Amino acid sequence: MGAVTDAWTWLTTGANWQGESGVWHRLAEHLWFSGVCLAVSCLLALPLALWLGHIGRGGALAVNVSNVGRAVPTLAVLVLLTLTPLGRHGDLPTIIALVLFAVPPLLTNAYVGMREVDRAVVEAARGMGMSGGQVFRRVELPLAYPLVMTGLRTATVQVIATATLAAMAGGGGLGRIITAGFNTDDTAQVVAGALVVGVLALLAEGLLVVAGRVCDPMRATRRAH
Amino acid sequence: MTSAAGCLAANDWICGEYVRSRAQELTEATLQHVWITAASVLIGLAVAFPLALLVRARPRLAAPVLGLTTVLYAIPSLAMFSLLLPLFGLSAALVVTGLVLYSLTILVRNILAGLAAVPEEAREAARGMGYGPGRLLWEVELPLALPAVMAGVRMATVSTVALTTVGALVDYGGLGTLITTGLKSFFKAQVLTASLLCVLLAVTADLLLLWLQRLLTPWTRPARTPGTLIRGAG
Repeated sequence: MGAVTDAWTWLTTGANWQGESGVWHRLAEHLWFSGVCLAVSCLLALPLALWLGHIGRGGALAVNVSNVGRAVPTLAVLVLLTLTPLGRHGDLPTIIALVLFAVPPLLTNAYVGMREVDRAVVEAARGMGMSGGQVFRRVELPLAYPLVMTGLRTATVQVIATATLAAMAGGGGLGRIITAGFNTDDTAQVVAGALVVGVLALLAEGLLVVAGRVCDPMRATRRAH
Repeated sequence: MTSAAGCLAANDWICGEYVRSRAQELTEATLQHVWITAASVLIGLAVAFPLALLVRARPRLAAPVLGLTTVLYAIPSLAMFSLLLPLFGLSAALVVTGLVLYSLTILVRNILAGLAAVPEEAREAARGMGYGPGRLLWEVELPLALPAVMAGVRMATVSTVALTTVGALVDYGGLGTLITTGLKSFFKAQVLTASLLCVLLAVTADLLLLWLQRLLTPWTRPARTPGTLIRGAG
């Protein structure tokens, strides 16, 4: 496994972490893209999905959007956006493309989570005199929570992964380390960059699993089962 | 270039002259895209089936196998191809291996779900009729699991078509190679045409698989009552 040792040497060389094209700078860019995209996607997708789930309409829309999203090549969208006037605005094309890909999993999971709440439970809550808003906040949302979080985890990993492709379309982020390695035929750098991205994606996934458990509104109940 | 058509010179997004003059290049890229996708999904299936059967026979292996395939899915495509680079070098095998690893998560889960959903009565009946485990699997369980398996194959195929483009990194990206070279020279017609072909390919593959699924599982279709109009004609 010479390549891995070479990559390790690359990673442990301080100079590779410093400067404009160093790992720290690329990591900061990567996290910035991903964070902005996730925030925007959540603001767009979650209220809509939860509301649609609450009133029980638009299911076909929520599910179909997700299936179509899978068929569209991310790379193509990124490249197309950079060729439009939007391309002159720095990171904007990357952010738009990433939002486009983060919305479907958030939308579908939140919607399905809301619809899978047992109708009998909702009826019971209404029978106890809860208003629509109370049913939503105190019954539907806590029960839909695990799937909403699954959607968020999928979207996060997808965004961190896809942000790498931005480099192939001239954007920044950790993908730059990989593509720069390809361009200079430096396998050690390519593998090192890939390792950093992979670790970041898995770290984000792990953090969200833990955060999801800590913030679970029904933590005590679910643990008992 | 034979005729300097207006839209090529003006670098328009939509350009018929581009499609005409580069028809061969486009066909070659599409064919490469198709064979890379097909090879990846078929190899993915060939690996996923034994894995799913193994997990079913030894439930203790479920957590590690499913966990590992999920971890693989979390690795970004650009990173995945890069990590495989030392093993395969710049080759089509590199792209196909990466895509196979991605398809595993979806395929293993769907095959397992399909097999788990086979009604116990059907198994009992087959056993009662003297079916051994092999015949039970091939003649009863797999056909009944087919809709779930095919759902997985469709999902895997569609996302593989999209992911193949990233193979442009090592020049085996099919239409993706046209997309990235188009980007470098700011050639709008090439980028848009290749991207649209890619989406078209994904939709066509999905419809073909849906048709295949209906062909293979005639019992899931509602019986056509006499006098019902045949839909979709013309």
